[in-house]
Amino acid sequence: MGTILELRHVNSWYKIKSKNPFQSNATRKKQVLKDISFSIQEGEILGLVGESGCGKSTLAKTILGFIKDVDGTIVRGTDQMQMIFQDPYGSLNPSKTIGWILEEPLRMQGKTDREMRREKVEKMLKKVGLEPSYYNRYPRELSGGQRQRVSIAIALIQGSKLILADEPVSALDVTIQKQIMELMLSLQEELGLTYLFISHDLNVIYQMCDRVMVMKNGRIVEIGDVEQVYTKPKSDYTKKLLEASC
Amino acid sequence: MRKRFETKIAAEQSDREGNKFMKKKRKNYNIIIGGTIAAAMALFVLVGLFYTPYDPDAMNGSAKFAAPSLQHFFGCDQFGRDIFSRVLKGSGTTFLVAVSTVILGAGTGTVIGVLTGYIGGWFDEILMRINDVIVSFPSILLALVFISILSPGKYNVILALGIIFIPSFARLVRSEYIKNKNLDYVASARLMGVGKFRIMFVHILPNALPTLLASVAIGFNNAVLAEAGMSYLGIGVQPPDASLGRMLSESQTYLGNAPWCVIFPGLAVILMVLGVGLLSDGLQKRG
Amino acid sequence: MLDINHLNIQFHDTEPVTNAVTDFSLQMKPGEIVGIVGESGSGKTMTALSMMGLLNRYAKTSGEIWFQGKNLLELNNQELQRIRGKDIGMIFQEPMTSLNPVLRIGEQVEEGLRLHQELTKEEYRSQALKMLQAAELPNPEEVYGKYPHELSGGMRQRVMIASALICDPALLIADEPTTALDVTIQRQIIQLLKWINQKKGTAIMFISHNLGVVQELCDRVVVMYKGKIVEQGYIDDVFYHPQDDYTKRLLDAIPTRTHSLRRRKQPADI
Repeated sequence: MGTILELRHVNSWYKIKSKNPFQSNATRKKQVLKDISFSIQEGEILGLVGESGCGKSTLAKTILGFIKDVDGTIVRGTDQMQMIFQDPYGSLNPSKTIGWILEEPLRMQGKTDREMRREKVEKMLKKVGLEPSYYNRYPRELSGGQRQRVSIAIALIQGSKLILADEPVSALDVTIQKQIMELMLSLQEELGLTYLFISHDLNVIYQMCDRVMVMKNGRIVEIGDVEQVYTKPKSDYTKKLLEASC
Repeated sequence: MRKRFETKIAAEQSDREGNKFMKKKRKNYNIIIGGTIAAAMALFVLVGLFYTPYDPDAMNGSAKFAAPSLQHFFGCDQFGRDIFSRVLKGSGTTFLVAVSTVILGAGTGTVIGVLTGYIGGWFDEILMRINDVIVSFPSILLALVFISILSPGKYNVILALGIIFIPSFARLVRSEYIKNKNLDYVASARLMGVGKFRIMFVHILPNALPTLLASVAIGFNNAVLAEAGMSYLGIGVQPPDASLGRMLSESQTYLGNAPWCVIFPGLAVILMVLGVGLLSDGLQKRG
Repeated sequence: MLDINHLNIQFHDTEPVTNAVTDFSLQMKPGEIVGIVGESGSGKTMTALSMMGLLNRYAKTSGEIWFQGKNLLELNNQELQRIRGKDIGMIFQEPMTSLNPVLRIGEQVEEGLRLHQELTKEEYRSQALKMLQAAELPNPEEVYGKYPHELSGGMRQRVMIASALICDPALLIADEPTTALDVTIQRQIIQLLKWINQKKGTAIMFISHNLGVVQELCDRVVVMYKGKIVEQGYIDDVFYHPQDDYTKRLLDAIPTRTHSLRRRKQPADI
């Protein structure tokens, strides 16, 4: 059980298109993440909660390496971190079958044996609760919950143990939400996965996570065990959030 | 226990979604009518490639301005040439020019659009400025300039029109790419380790295809009309190549006494454009 | 005040026909707040749209919707125009797409008033400002002259509420008005709606998939599943003593803070 991911004093900036060509480069950037430091242990589920615009998604992109303008230290394990996206409708390529999408990472890994790839994909589909016949279906034929299952399968089939889930259940109906949460939890227990679970819904975080980080305006304002933070919040902002949600 | 429940629910839901998907939609008249017309014209063109009742260029003094009859379905023109044969050959030329133009324009334009849309940066800026330069000239003027530099002829017409068509395809594809590259499935592909070019051409391109194909159909029609226009002005295909546009131009003065010289070439142009246009509308509605 | 009788909505653009809503019946008294709850595909939005005649041309309805002595389903577009905005107001989920991005706020709020009442320009403006203030927008004068993109999501939603209520309708239909908003703003909007209901007696039909919010705001609730009503009643009855299986499943699925799915390690274990 070790640290699987660690961030130390990380800052990141976005370039904003300025209409004023005389503005210097410094003012054309907007700082989104401010002095972010935390670590995730192997096997834990760390929640990240905050309102819109607080920088949650930017933090996700920064950890994955999608943002260039970063400073500070990010210590990652050897595995590539995988991501489950929020929007079940944009996260799967509409022009490809589920089977093709799931095989793509295997193709990229150089696995040329078609039979073997197909077998792996069908096994993975079963693991996330979908019939293997879904191999031939297109994303538009699937419901939101089913698409999220596919997204989970994509993350798992690449073998990584560290998964970043960006609002994975926010776009789903409440009964489906529960199913997906249960799926994610049972997979965690079975495969020893580690999640960074982002959500704006405090109750979902309570259901899913061991520890939680609260973000506001690009900073972490509180971090601790879920029970602790929810019963004895230290930050005023956390208190405000807890009060606002039923 | 829990897993089984989940699978059952997933299956139940998929039935709901699947059934919805299996439901047929109403008859698409655009495809039916457009498809029929386009197919008929295509057949017409194909026949013309191999057979014409008369030699399109054979002049026959005694048949000058002959009205449509059983011997000459579309009548004869001022030189006694059989209009039916000329329209057959002319449609073929027009079709060839239009298709080649679109292949050149759409093909090049797509590649430019893909690269500029996905890569962006200064590469995008430079190419888009060049694009803007081409677009800022009225197309007929540009065509005139090209032809005067290159000299008239079928292949130069294709080259000229093709280049003129590139910017609109480039811009269209570029905007599709700008739209798509920020979608989650692209990020997902990057995380899978997929390389830039594969993402551009294997992952994103199929999603840009519907819009592109619709534009290709319009481009085809524009090319037909442009070629007809250029031939009408005299800068298009030259004799002995038959051309619907030139036929229209030459027969202007005879509209009163021998209207068939104008009607049939005109009709050929109209049907070609209508067929492809309706077909493309219909395909768009479906996709 | 409102009496929906055996409403059916079918869509004929598919083969076979899609039954969006089946046998929906609901009565609302003046000043009541009724919640319509259901997941996607339950038909709740369609019900609201049918009341205002906003369904597309492939929709066929049957049944009756009695409102202030008229059957809304039998009115033509012109007659419905007179009711929309004046006697029934509606607010939608996405404030950005329901507000016209090229018109200023003031104009949009006044629009309802302009359609239904003949007043002077100053009177329109003063009424609009009054509504913006009632909707608890800070600096109504400033907001009046702004464009939608200059306001936050919560503020835009308040503008929507102001423009929906400017003619003092008897009924306000709110279709998922808080779903796209942050949790703290959600709270405020709900309080605002409660206040409006208490002060002006406006009845509210509140459509949502968020049961927590519905519980806070509504007197009665209707639960829909696949186009049918599976349960209805007073809020506490339905929430604490659900009769129908689906209602039970729905309530069970709501994430709470009393019991987590995750089996966390207790401090003692570490």
